[in-house]
Amino acid sequence: MDATLTLTGFVALYIFMLAAFTGYEIIGRVPAILHTPLMSGSNFIHGVVVVGAMYALANAHTWLEQAIGFAGVVLGAGNAAGGYVVTERMLGMFKSSKPEQK
Amino acid sequence: MNFPIGLLIQASYFAAAFLFIFGLKRMSSPVTARGGIVWAGAGMVVAVLVSLAFASPENPQFKTNLALILIALAVGNAWAWWQGRRVPMTSMPQMVALYNGMGGGAAAAIAAVELYGAHAQGYGPQGLALLGALIGGVSFSGSLVAWAKLEGKMQKSIRFSGQKILNALVLLATLAVGVWILGGLTELKVSLFFAGALAFGVLMTIPIGGADMPVVISLYNAFTGMAVGLEGFVLQNPAMIIAGVLVGSAGTLLTILMARAMNRSLANILFSNFGEVDVGGGEIAGTLKSAEAGDAAIQMRYASKVIIAPGYGLAVAQAQHKLYEFVKLLQERGVEVKFAIHPVAGRMPGHMNVLLAEAGVPYDIIFDMEDINNEFKEADVALVIGANDTVNPAARTNKASPIYGMPILNVDQAKQVYVIKRGQGKGYSGVENELFYRDNCNMVYGDAQKVMVQMIQAVKELGA
Repeated sequence: MDATLTLTGFVALYIFMLAAFTGYEIIGRVPAILHTPLMSGSNFIHGVVVVGAMYALANAHTWLEQAIGFAGVVLGAGNAAGGYVVTERMLGMFKSSKPEQK
Repeated sequence: MNFPIGLLIQASYFAAAFLFIFGLKRMSSPVTARGGIVWAGAGMVVAVLVSLAFASPENPQFKTNLALILIALAVGNAWAWWQGRRVPMTSMPQMVALYNGMGGGAAAAIAAVELYGAHAQGYGPQGLALLGALIGGVSFSGSLVAWAKLEGKMQKSIRFSGQKILNALVLLATLAVGVWILGGLTELKVSLFFAGALAFGVLMTIPIGGADMPVVISLYNAFTGMAVGLEGFVLQNPAMIIAGVLVGSAGTLLTILMARAMNRSLANILFSNFGEVDVGGGEIAGTLKSAEAGDAAIQMRYASKVIIAPGYGLAVAQAQHKLYEFVKLLQERGVEVKFAIHPVAGRMPGHMNVLLAEAGVPYDIIFDMEDINNEFKEADVALVIGANDTVNPAARTNKASPIYGMPILNVDQAKQVYVIKRGQGKGYSGVENELFYRDNCNMVYGDAQKVMVQMIQAVKELGA
């Protein structure tokens, strides 16, 4: 990673704490009707792992690193794309009866 | 030369992290949910595009690596997009499990490259990489087992004596190898470590029954998030850290909420092996009374309030659309119709809402159990379709029953209960249902879709 940012020691711990609380707060008040799409949506968000796999593959030197990195990018891209498609499909189906009655 | 690219990468990651949080927040309300996933998706596109800049011409493998990245992105995207488009809504839980396992596998792969290539140096980065590899590896192999089970490709539960001890030993051995690696990194040790992590994921998941699988999938979702966050620290990648930790904590909470909805603790689900307990409760006195679909429909036509309790069987029979057609007929004739959703109706919390939404049922006539349970006593008819354990009164009273303590829908309090059911089989937990033997309960046997067609016809024949 580029040296413009150093996330170690306490800075890392602070980020960890704040991100953890954010996640907790967002999910805390969610209605059960959205649990499945939300699980799928959060599943999509950790698909950002593909970015790390791209970094690993970009910096690979041996065939072993390239092979593992390649698998990592395929898996990560699948996580992201698949998570997006199924979440979007599910959420697209939710609709209210109110506007139709008017 | 290098600086502007670095700045661009950091700025894009900042934007992506914001979009992920904002998108997840929007997804937590049904009104804004669809916009939420689109925002988060935009964040993902930004993050991926800018990350192509990681391929540096200084690396002798530059061209090969860049080509490999592009091919891998294309393959992964195309496959998942195609799968995601065609998967039926009933199979959503296993699809989420599969995508989640892929994410865990990717996190483990990152750790593998960092460790095999000795890129991670020092106790801190190596420790984090190992921890992320363990969690990601468990999530990968565990999710694949969960997928295979829900997809019916694997026997429901595999158990043997001494299983818990074996699992504990495998975990301890893997952790010991991890410590050993910190003392001096070799490829053999790293391979042993990954073998241990993957084996533990399989061993941990095989004894868990199908009914508990959704909670396990949710747990692995949180695992993958945490693994991604940890690898983010190793790579010093803020987008991965924030997205990963965000999902790690949100997913953990979601898992606890799901377990609580089933009135179980997480430890109980993971270690007590419910799911296919020997049939408890024994024989129930009384007889099953069956009714004709048409008669049931006519009674509902003249009721003032009908509450429908749908279960997974409804979706298996693909009867949601016919059911909603029937509901609309009743509504046109002045009957108040509501849907009551048990927290674990379908295969996981919220799954039934998705299945009903697919048929066009608006979400404002669909109610969560706690909001509607007091209304059953005012209902003239409760219609149970393809649900079983979630309406079994034994959960309230029978301590011997494996589902004892699970909150249930109070359908038995309605004046009349109709249960549409394929045959006299038992529920997912394998328990007999007392409800079916109650005086105010009649069984309508048959395929849910055919029954709904008969009901629609009966109401139509009566005229408006």
